[in-house]
Amino acid sequence: MPIRDLANPHRFLALARALVPAFAILAALLLGLGLVLGFRAPADYQQGETVRIMYVHVPAAWIALGTWVLMAASALGTLVWRHPLADVSAKAAAPIGAAFCLLCLVTGALWGRPMWGAYWVWDARLTSVLVLFLLYLGVLALWRAIDDPDRAARAAAVLTLVGLVNIPIIKFSVDWWSTLHQPASVFRLGGSTIHPALLTPLLVMALGFAALFLALYLAAMRNEILRRRVRTAHILAAARAER
Amino acid sequence: MIAPLAAIVKRDLLLAVRAGGGAGVGLMFFLAVVVVVPFAVGPDIPLIARVGPAVLWLGAFLASLLGLDGLFSADHEDGSLDLLFLAPVPLELVAAAKGLAHWLATGLPLVVLAPLLGLLLGVEPRALGAVTLSLLVGTPALTFLGLVGAAIAVALPRSGLFVAVLTLPLAIPILIFGVGATSAAIAGEAAAAPFKFALSLTLFFLVLGPAAAAAALRHARD
Repeated sequence: MPIRDLANPHRFLALARALVPAFAILAALLLGLGLVLGFRAPADYQQGETVRIMYVHVPAAWIALGTWVLMAASALGTLVWRHPLADVSAKAAAPIGAAFCLLCLVTGALWGRPMWGAYWVWDARLTSVLVLFLLYLGVLALWRAIDDPDRAARAAAVLTLVGLVNIPIIKFSVDWWSTLHQPASVFRLGGSTIHPALLTPLLVMALGFAALFLALYLAAMRNEILRRRVRTAHILAAARAER
Repeated sequence: MIAPLAAIVKRDLLLAVRAGGGAGVGLMFFLAVVVVVPFAVGPDIPLIARVGPAVLWLGAFLASLLGLDGLFSADHEDGSLDLLFLAPVPLELVAAAKGLAHWLATGLPLVVLAPLLGLLLGVEPRALGAVTLSLLVGTPALTFLGLVGAAIAVALPRSGLFVAVLTLPLAIPILIFGVGATSAAIAGEAAAAPFKFALSLTLFFLVLGPAAAAAALRHARD
């Protein structure tokens, strides 16, 4: 099916009806498997049992970053093609991205307490994720501040794209400012530095998080389409009652 | 092409300095922030002198962000924004001209006031020079980045804090490199690198800010 068929909200709703349960089941299976693998994986020789927090912390961080990229792609759809489904996609993704971002921050704090001796340190990685969380809150506030959905979508799209350009600069500047967090260890030149025994459960959990994200995202998009239909129906009913 | 832009800059400057313009409010806010710092940290003169440069940067940072809300919304309210759409120059350049006027009316006075307030905080002369110079390089970046926030929130009522909240996370790199250049200069280390980064951010937002602000204004219009 070409992607333009999805542009029709009817077809999208039909597809979402089939895909949401599929992704939800896939997420449950993968997350279940990932948790079992995560608890059976050997403990780290330095970090001991706390390394298992990684299986939630790292996938949450990946999803939080990926969601902004997805929102930016939707923002292009909003600004370039003015497509209503792109608006819906951006609006549905924002709270989910914020939730995964918060999950990453909270698990990071719980991991930092035994490892660094403090829930929060003003380290570059932590601070840049916190700034990403603030950006998510800004987008959410903007969606709530403008009552006309089309205008809100376009304003949020500009903010999302400026954010996308600026996020690498924030990341870089915060690295310059102070760093304590370990450098990237999975995606790096020369291959991963994580032992396969720890890497396998991590990748399974990451796939499970991705499936969970897709299930939540498609369900949120479906809800938003239905909410807009209800809104339109209300407006039409009010217009008819006036006449 | 220059004449209409010069006219916009002149008009905005006149509007800012005359009654109802509120160009001085940012300066008063800056002064107020500096005055409350000793109350917050205690009358410990060496401590105040040590955090002084950071306080000056923070005060100028907040004063810049909080002053952004009227940038486009005043023109939106009285309808002159619609005339600016019809101007014989691209909207991007109109936005840049408005940004320049806004910086001249609110940003530049902050830079000029900073060394005087620094004396109040007991900051050393060498540090005063560093703060002033880094503010001169960094505050235009704040204004031109702020153009985007002001344009996005152009039609919102009570947008003052809102614009600041939208812009603040994006402005963090400017604060980092501005304060970085200042503290490196005070410590006698090589300040050229953070200073040049602050300058490059200013140049970067000089391009990105007006373009994104013009896009936001066009989309808010229809």
